[in-house]
Amino acid sequence: MSFENHIATLKYAFPKTIPILAGFTFLGIAYGIYMNSLGFGPAYAILMSIFIFAGSMEFVAGSMLLGAFNPLSAFLLTLMINARHLFYGISMLDKFKGIGKKKYYLIYGMCDETFVINSTEKAPAHINSGWFMFYVTILNQLYWVGGTTIGSLFGSAVAFNTEGLEFVMTALFVVIFLDQWMKERYHVSSVVGIGASILSLVIFGPENFIIPAMVIILIALTLIRKVIEKREVIS
Amino acid sequence: MTLTQQIIIIGCVVLGTLTTRFLPFIIFNNDKETPSYIKYLGYMLPPAVFGLLVVYALREVELTTVSSFVPEMLAVGLIIVLHYWKKNMLLSIAGGTIFYMILVQMVF
Repeated sequence: MSFENHIATLKYAFPKTIPILAGFTFLGIAYGIYMNSLGFGPAYAILMSIFIFAGSMEFVAGSMLLGAFNPLSAFLLTLMINARHLFYGISMLDKFKGIGKKKYYLIYGMCDETFVINSTEKAPAHINSGWFMFYVTILNQLYWVGGTTIGSLFGSAVAFNTEGLEFVMTALFVVIFLDQWMKERYHVSSVVGIGASILSLVIFGPENFIIPAMVIILIALTLIRKVIEKREVIS
Repeated sequence: MTLTQQIIIIGCVVLGTLTTRFLPFIIFNNDKETPSYIKYLGYMLPPAVFGLLVVYALREVELTTVSSFVPEMLAVGLIIVLHYWKKNMLLSIAGGTIFYMILVQMVF
């Protein structure tokens, strides 16, 4: 791909990531300040943002570093908190086929927000979809690492009232859900997702509801498979 | 914890995260045809996952006091109206977020 094509792809990708620029800068700063408050220097926050790159898990990892040394429980807790990534991978199996070595970075950097953009975007013909997804992924990671760096170095100097800014991530997820809702023929999967998650949240509470919700979604989608495959052509 | 122990803990978190992200691609690699059930899931899962993420983002909302759910409810309501009206992703996100910030900073 030529240099001009790269610029065109980057120009196409950047606007899609603006909400995440806002959200990740803010949350990254919050994470840097948080790590500072636990007594860890900038190197911890920055390196953890580069290597872990999973927002909520990094907050948990910060508190783990202050607890007892227990590698196995750190590993298992991570599997539990990040289990939703398994669904992202299953959804992207086909989209990541045939895009070369970039694929490994795309998988490595697939956080919630990156998955949401890469799974919904249908790039126009003149844009290479593999490179588009690559730029989305790397821009999002740069925002997160950048925010973390700012927060851990200059966190105490943030002057304006940012209360409520974290809602930008909620807004992004709501808009993506709405967009999907407006373009899909049948709402069965959307309804299953919302219904299973609320049911699970009511039963298991905010700390433990994700995995039960994933199990309910899997069971529900499996039960309706015959009906769906009769109605829709799945390639 | 010593520095070495801290590095091991962070390494375990990295390994756990990598596992959740890479596992589907390791199990269903390019060489063999993806089973039809997994294809079906890959086709059906995204809308359900977006629903899960919406609930996940709002998981701390409680129905106990007015200030603990009304700002979220109004902001989500505005996002829905804006998005059906203008269909502009950035406008819906910015509008909803700024409205939410005004609500939590000045009203509730």
